[in-house]
Amino acid sequence: MSKVIERLYNGIIKENPTLVLMLGMCPTLAVTTSAINGVGMGLTTTVVLIMSNLLISMLRKVIPDSVRIPAFIVIIASFVTIVQLLLQAYIPSLYDALGIYIPLIVVNCIILGRAEAYASKNKVIPSVFDGIGMGLGFTLGLTLIGLVREILGAGSAFGFKFIPEDFPTLTIFILAPGAFFVLAILTALMNKVKASAGKNGGAVAQCDESMCAGCSMKGCMGRSVK
Amino acid sequence: MNELLNVSAGPHVRSKYSTDKIMGLVLLSLMPAAGYGIYHFGVNAAILIVVSVLTCVLTELIYELVMKQDITISDLSAAVTGLLLALNMPPTAAWWLPVIGGVFAIVFVKMLFGGLGQNFMNPALAGRCFLVICFAARMTDFNYDGMTSATPLMMIRTGSSVNVRDMVFGNIAGTVGETSVIAIVAGACIMLAFGIIDLKVPASYIITFVIFMGLFAGRGWDVNYLTAQLAGGGLMLGAFFMATDYATCPITDRGKIFYGICLGLMTGIFRCFSSSAEGVSFAIVFCNLLVPLIEKLTLPKCFGKGGEV
Repeated sequence: MSKVIERLYNGIIKENPTLVLMLGMCPTLAVTTSAINGVGMGLTTTVVLIMSNLLISMLRKVIPDSVRIPAFIVIIASFVTIVQLLLQAYIPSLYDALGIYIPLIVVNCIILGRAEAYASKNKVIPSVFDGIGMGLGFTLGLTLIGLVREILGAGSAFGFKFIPEDFPTLTIFILAPGAFFVLAILTALMNKVKASAGKNGGAVAQCDESMCAGCSMKGCMGRSVK
Repeated sequence: MNELLNVSAGPHVRSKYSTDKIMGLVLLSLMPAAGYGIYHFGVNAAILIVVSVLTCVLTELIYELVMKQDITISDLSAAVTGLLLALNMPPTAAWWLPVIGGVFAIVFVKMLFGGLGQNFMNPALAGRCFLVICFAARMTDFNYDGMTSATPLMMIRTGSSVNVRDMVFGNIAGTVGETSVIAIVAGACIMLAFGIIDLKVPASYIITFVIFMGLFAGRGWDVNYLTAQLAGGGLMLGAFFMATDYATCPITDRGKIFYGICLGLMTGIFRCFSSSAEGVSFAIVFCNLLVPLIEKLTLPKCFGKGGEV
């Protein structure tokens, strides 16, 4: 049970894919023009992540090491296709808003990264929760970026407009440069929070060396553990 | 004897100018343009200048207090940023536009990158570009003599004729500080006389720009048209006061000339081929990003390490 909670905490806070690992930047910057889009993209990716982690973890002893990447991609692409068709059928508005970025989930580094770094080496249950944690972390990051951009750039939150119609807004925030501004500021805040947390008891104290590949402090080679 | 034995670490040769003196002189040199702007456009121009300068200085002060850094507002660089930002605003702009632009310029462009000397692009121009992207309609609304009128650049773009004499004296529509060529050149002469700037960047910028417009603007070498291009927009203000900013132009002499040529080309491309009539601020901001590369390219070689004898 503690393993499960540790995986969730790891995905949402400690190794948040958006704000700490800096993975999946392409959809992060492109689709977060509003909070709704952020939630939609995040949850879509979460579903794919959970399913692919589940299947890859189940097949981890079957897939030969030399062809593991093509095998992972085939599994991920299958799930992305399923999710894409489901979205097109049941939530067409979101499907239109996300556009090309739904098929591009196939090449999202987070999914392949988790398959490579975690699911292919660990048991099924922790892998599923790793997918849930990482997916929720991604959703959280995207929603925060989308929310800030929507508030500043369009004067609304989750589509609810809270300022008068003709009131000027900082349009640049729903354009491409705004994504970089908001991502940078949120990452800086996250680093600030993590830095102060690190002082009071060590955020890196609990890590196992099998996790090095997916760790944000890649390169410490386990030195932080000792 | 004591002085002979007093050994200190380098540098031993110091400039007689400190940062605050240089910035003070830049402020002084901007006074003709600012004064003419207030005289020409009236009270709102003065309000814009005061609000913009106060915003920049206070933003820097508050940022440094919050981040527990040394207070650097007395080096006057924030005041220069504020004044330049105000001189780049349309004279009828609302007072809160320079507030937003000033906060963006100081916090995002200057302080987050480490303060004066670390800014990767000219803060005042970055603030202006931010405002132009956010509030395109308000930032290009030039109201003059009580009616909305086009700037000379917009007029020559549509083919109507303009009075070049009015442009040189500044009797035209435009931003607060860009209209009078005489006031800007007077200020530039003060800076040149004190050695604050040299002519490498402005001269290579203006010459390249004139050649580019002569070749590609489709009007040939029409003196009236070229003078209008030079005097009608922000080119003079940009060339002398903003392209020459120490932190965002190359250190090397060859680099400065190369930088001026890039600026001339970019401004020409923006003015000839883009959808807007003006392109000086975007050209300078864009070329600011090229500066590290230009410096790398033009770094002088050490004697004996492959350099020329």
